[in-house]
Amino acid sequence: MTAHVDQGDPTAVSKPDVSAENTRPTVSPGRRDPDVADISVRGLWKVFGTARTATRVPTTPELAAMSRSELRDRTGCLAAVCDLDFDVAPGEVFVVMGLSGSGKSTLVRCLTRLIEPTAGTITIQGEDITRMGDRALRELRRNKVSMVFQHFGLLPHRRVIENVAFGLEIRGMSRAERMRRATEVIELVGLDGYQQSYPEQLSGGMQQRVGLARALAGDPGVMLFDEPFSALDPLIRRDMQQEVIRLHREVGKTMVFITHDLSEALKLGDRILIMRDGRTVQVGTGPELVGAPADDYVRDFVREVPRSQVLTLEWIMREAVPADDMSGRELAPDVVVRDAVRAVLESTAPVKVVRDGRLLGVVGDPEILRVVAGS
Amino acid sequence: MSVRTGSARGRLLAAVVAVTGLALAACGGAKVGGGGGGGGGGSTASAVAAGSSGSTTTTKCGTVTLADNPWIGYEADVAVVSYVLRTDLHCNVQIKHLTEQVSWQGFSTGQVDAILENWGHQDLAKQYISNNHVAVDLGSDGLTGVIGWFVPPWMVQKYPDITNWKNLNKYASLFKTSESGGKGQLLDGDPSYVTNDAALVKNLHLNYKVVQGGSETALIQSFRAAQQNKKPLLAYFYSPQWFLNEVHLVKVNLPKYTPGCDAVAAKVACDYPAYHLNKVVAASFAKSGSPAFTLIKNWKWSNQQQNTVSKMLAVDKLSDDAAAKKWISSNKSVVDGWLKGT
Amino acid sequence: MARAARVYRRPGRLTLLLGILVGWLVLYAVLKGTDTISLAPSDVTSLHTRLNDLNTSVGDNRNSNPFFLYFINEIQVGATHFITFLQNLLSQPSGTRPVPVVGWLGVVVIMTVIAGRFGNWRVAVLAAAGFLFLGLQGLWQPSMDTLALTIAAVVICVLIGIPLGVLVAQYRGFERVITPVLDLMQTMPTFVYLLPLTLLFLIGPATGVIAMVIYAMPPVIRLTAHGLQAVSTETVEAGRSLGSTRPQQLAKIMLPMARRTIIIGVNQTIMAALSMVTIAALVAAPGLGQTVLQALESQDVGTAFNAGLAIVVLAVVLDRVTTAASERARATDHARTRLRADPRWRRGADLVALIVTAVAVYLSYTYQLFAAFPDHLAIGGTRLGLDLGTHIESWTSSATSWAQRDLGSITGPIKNGVTYHALNPLQNLLDSSPWWLTFIAIVATAFVLGGRWAALIAATCLGLVVGTGLWQDSMDTLAATLIATVVVVVLGVMFGVWMGRNARADWGIRPFLDALQVMPAFVYLVPFVALFGATRFTGIVAAVLYAAPVAIKIVADGIRGVPAETVEAAGSSGCSTWQVITKVQLPMSVRSLALATNQGLIYVLAMVVVAGLVGGGALGFDVVAGFSQSSLFGKGLAAGAAIVLLGIALDRVTQSAARRAGGHVSHRAT
Repeated sequence: MTAHVDQGDPTAVSKPDVSAENTRPTVSPGRRDPDVADISVRGLWKVFGTARTATRVPTTPELAAMSRSELRDRTGCLAAVCDLDFDVAPGEVFVVMGLSGSGKSTLVRCLTRLIEPTAGTITIQGEDITRMGDRALRELRRNKVSMVFQHFGLLPHRRVIENVAFGLEIRGMSRAERMRRATEVIELVGLDGYQQSYPEQLSGGMQQRVGLARALAGDPGVMLFDEPFSALDPLIRRDMQQEVIRLHREVGKTMVFITHDLSEALKLGDRILIMRDGRTVQVGTGPELVGAPADDYVRDFVREVPRSQVLTLEWIMREAVPADDMSGRELAPDVVVRDAVRAVLESTAPVKVVRDGRLLGVVGDPEILRVVAGS
Repeated sequence: MSVRTGSARGRLLAAVVAVTGLALAACGGAKVGGGGGGGGGGSTASAVAAGSSGSTTTTKCGTVTLADNPWIGYEADVAVVSYVLRTDLHCNVQIKHLTEQVSWQGFSTGQVDAILENWGHQDLAKQYISNNHVAVDLGSDGLTGVIGWFVPPWMVQKYPDITNWKNLNKYASLFKTSESGGKGQLLDGDPSYVTNDAALVKNLHLNYKVVQGGSETALIQSFRAAQQNKKPLLAYFYSPQWFLNEVHLVKVNLPKYTPGCDAVAAKVACDYPAYHLNKVVAASFAKSGSPAFTLIKNWKWSNQQQNTVSKMLAVDKLSDDAAAKKWISSNKSVVDGWLKGT
Repeated sequence: MARAARVYRRPGRLTLLLGILVGWLVLYAVLKGTDTISLAPSDVTSLHTRLNDLNTSVGDNRNSNPFFLYFINEIQVGATHFITFLQNLLSQPSGTRPVPVVGWLGVVVIMTVIAGRFGNWRVAVLAAAGFLFLGLQGLWQPSMDTLALTIAAVVICVLIGIPLGVLVAQYRGFERVITPVLDLMQTMPTFVYLLPLTLLFLIGPATGVIAMVIYAMPPVIRLTAHGLQAVSTETVEAGRSLGSTRPQQLAKIMLPMARRTIIIGVNQTIMAALSMVTIAALVAAPGLGQTVLQALESQDVGTAFNAGLAIVVLAVVLDRVTTAASERARATDHARTRLRADPRWRRGADLVALIVTAVAVYLSYTYQLFAAFPDHLAIGGTRLGLDLGTHIESWTSSATSWAQRDLGSITGPIKNGVTYHALNPLQNLLDSSPWWLTFIAIVATAFVLGGRWAALIAATCLGLVVGTGLWQDSMDTLAATLIATVVVVVLGVMFGVWMGRNARADWGIRPFLDALQVMPAFVYLVPFVALFGATRFTGIVAAVLYAAPVAIKIVADGIRGVPAETVEAAGSSGCSTWQVITKVQLPMSVRSLALATNQGLIYVLAMVVVAGLVGGGALGFDVVAGFSQSSLFGKGLAAGAAIVLLGIALDRVTQSAARRAGGHVSHRAT
């Protein structure tokens, strides 16, 4: 998963300049082409407070520019989400990462208007969510977008299969049909044999599989995950992450995944949006964040990340100089450093980073060692 | 901390000032009379005190406890007697609101000194007067009581033969209500009242059901509404009763009362007797030598006099004291008679 | 296989119930009127006669039988002395004084100082304002009688209850024995034990206080035990490791640590005692209850409301003061040093408070103005009226007469509709079916709802009801109870869901529910008697008003207890509001619903019985009549027993049903 960056429009992500080793790659913007995107968010605000004051915040430049604490002191309103812009491509796993209180859970709830946004537009598969009436919104939730919750949100009075079929029941699907579909999905998430159990009889990890199955049952185009694994034990969490990766490979949904765990973000996310105090700090692929943190906040975040496991060769290569021995192996720019260590260290000549037959740069022992030692 | 302490200190100070102020204000005020020992002052209080406890010394009479049974005539008795006891004899009067039979129990616990209007209750008289000697019969209070079934006057005009009990079954369907289960309704009063109605209905084979109205007021309101709206109503009622002056209810004639025909409660098939209402007092009260006992022994009035006071209470909504005062002011000689020997 | 079969169990239960009903209706149509057990109002059974004889013989032998001479009469005399002492202090002329020892000023200051010393200054202000309000209502003396009665009952409760609570906490066996007794003391309609109490103690304030004690003691026992059991074992072990003896552990560790819970228990005991004052008035206990009862007799809504309001004010003051005291107990547990750090300052404050109190008590002892609450003040030449009570009375009375006059066209049809289309048919089904048919149908229903034990208990209780000879009256009472309970549950769900989902609705409605609960039940009866006459319907309306607040609160708490995320998950699945309520929130609060039904039934039963006073008839009337007609004493006693039996059966069946219904909701993730 970590390797397959850039499934969307490749031109939209600006790759690092090869000019010099220590040149920072420019930060890639969150925006993409909205016509291609599955989810497109523009100027999204959520301000909690009295209705009149709250709606004024996004439209008043002075207030909109204020920091969160300033705004609270001045107006008593809490700006949970401030002026967010981003696009999610079809089939992409888009991770929103931030510490608690950063507004990420509010953001994901705004996407289907479980929380009513204060301002901005949200387009999902070409439809403007913010203009939808109740009925259209319900249809959207029933058919196009599903959600997985941190504490699972299961119905304790219903069996596993009835929980999974719940969304289908809401749609008005016949009992036989929804039971059939639910059985399929239960198999898909590996819960076969537990159809008749009650949620309380299952472990946390298994309960979240039920949550997953429920979200998958309606065959939605988009799945939203609100910190789905943070209530689980570390080992179970790893299993579940693998499960999501596997499911993504099998069903290929567009996913928006909320987490406060950077390693989870790096593991799952095609791209990651880092939020702080309701605002975007940086959007980019894992290597982009690790290789070129936008500011000290992000740098602090990624400090503990094993860089060799995240960075790809294009982030550490240097320009070839005439003195270089050009007899080394050729590797693609998106090979992760860790996987290239052996190749680089074993050969005396630096490894050539080549895309489409064009030489982008070279990676020698010093470059590799700096990364490995630094992590 | 200091702010907190300061404000607490301020509040305390305010309290001290307030109490001191009150103390100063009181210095000119009237003291509680009597030999209680507190103020010791002899001056009687001015009439600022509310309540009925009065404000003068009560050394001679002490406390008298009167039972007050739940009908307005009895309340009139209590209003007048307690007023005289308090104003003329300076007694402390306690009034206990109790039902008839429960009042009798009060004789053995010392909760009740006197019942002013007793309706029969031979069984209780036997138990408390003859057997246990805790109560004493003080004889007639001058009132005569009638109990029976009554209909509003418009019904008698329309159905003249309704006053004969034999015709009641003919009219039963008129008296049907949501509560009577398909039969005619016979409305009863307070469950504590003297009544043979259920037995009468059964033993006279009447197609009626006794429905409980719950109180005298319920009966009066029902009769008033029935007469106004020309609605049928058959109900338990009694005199002395001021309401009979407002609406001239007509009594239904039940099989004639003969002495002993009501001996067994469940077998009764005859009309209620005429009641000569009497006074009963606790034996201890009778022996106490209190002037209150003498007054109650002398006390006696007529149905008419009672109705006058009852009407002041029920219709004019006067307080007990106001009604008593008003009646006494125009019946001085009667009251003087009661006070003889006290 | 077994698992798969369980899926279809719930619809099965419903079908079974429908089956029982259909079968019952068919047999009813055929067998109507046969094998009924009816007893005319004037008739008595041999059991009733035997009870009457018992009553007479007790009356005759009460001063010779050693059991009475050395036990019952002693209790009666002791309680009477205690109450008389308090009354002389607070409310009644004492000795040769025409006024009590402590006048209104003294009482107000004492209450304020106590509230300030053990609670905080806010409740002190509340106490002062509340007690002055009682005076302004023109109800100072009856209020003080009620206060004296309450103090007497609460003191007895605390003296007996806390030691019992300690025993319960220490000995498991004792707990097992006493728990069902406490359950019974709390669920039994209070009305019922007055009659047996008068058999033993005769009428009078002592009996009133004893009835209050019976009803009010369970909370202090339970909470004392609970507080002691909640003290962490580690703390107790720490004490033991230092070599403390068992009494030392209790006195120095456990009781102080449980102090807050115990105060909460005392608070609940006070509230329970206050709620009994009107019932106690039926046995000649003095005070505000008397005023309410009289108003009921004369259908005087104004007076009833004014007196009811006084009870509410007393309850609110005592509740807030004890609550503040319990919170302060917690605060001092956690941060003893933060509060009034300087002990010298504290001692000083106490001293000043003591002096102020002494001065106030002296003034109220000495001066007429401060002894009896004045009805007006003459300052200079102006007369300042202080009779707020008359205004309250006339406002309420005119509101009621308006309702009576202008709502008559609505109230009549409502009453008749419910009576003819719900109450009468159900009552006929219950009491005109052969008794064995009703018996079987009820036991079968209990079995389907609550299982084997519930059915067994229902059968036992109903069997005993047959034994009381009051089957028909019991079924009539049951019919009214069931109808009222249905309405209570419907209201509970409607308002509970609303309040559970909407914090603002909750904020707005809750104070009314609190007031409805504190207002003595009798006070409701008065306006409804005025509106609906003395009918069974009046009793049902009053019962609904009495029971609905509890049910609404329980349902609201249940709905609020559904995890927000689960509701969100449903919303994100595209549920409409209706679907969220019916498919998620209500099914997940099924325990609360069952509990609301259970509590609703118990409350309704208690009130339906009281409604016997005003035309409710049936068992309630039998009890009231037993009170006031010695020839019906035995029947009243039997009716009381029948009420208790009905209550136990309804309680057990709904509780088992609740346990079964909530099986999978109980352990939900929190």
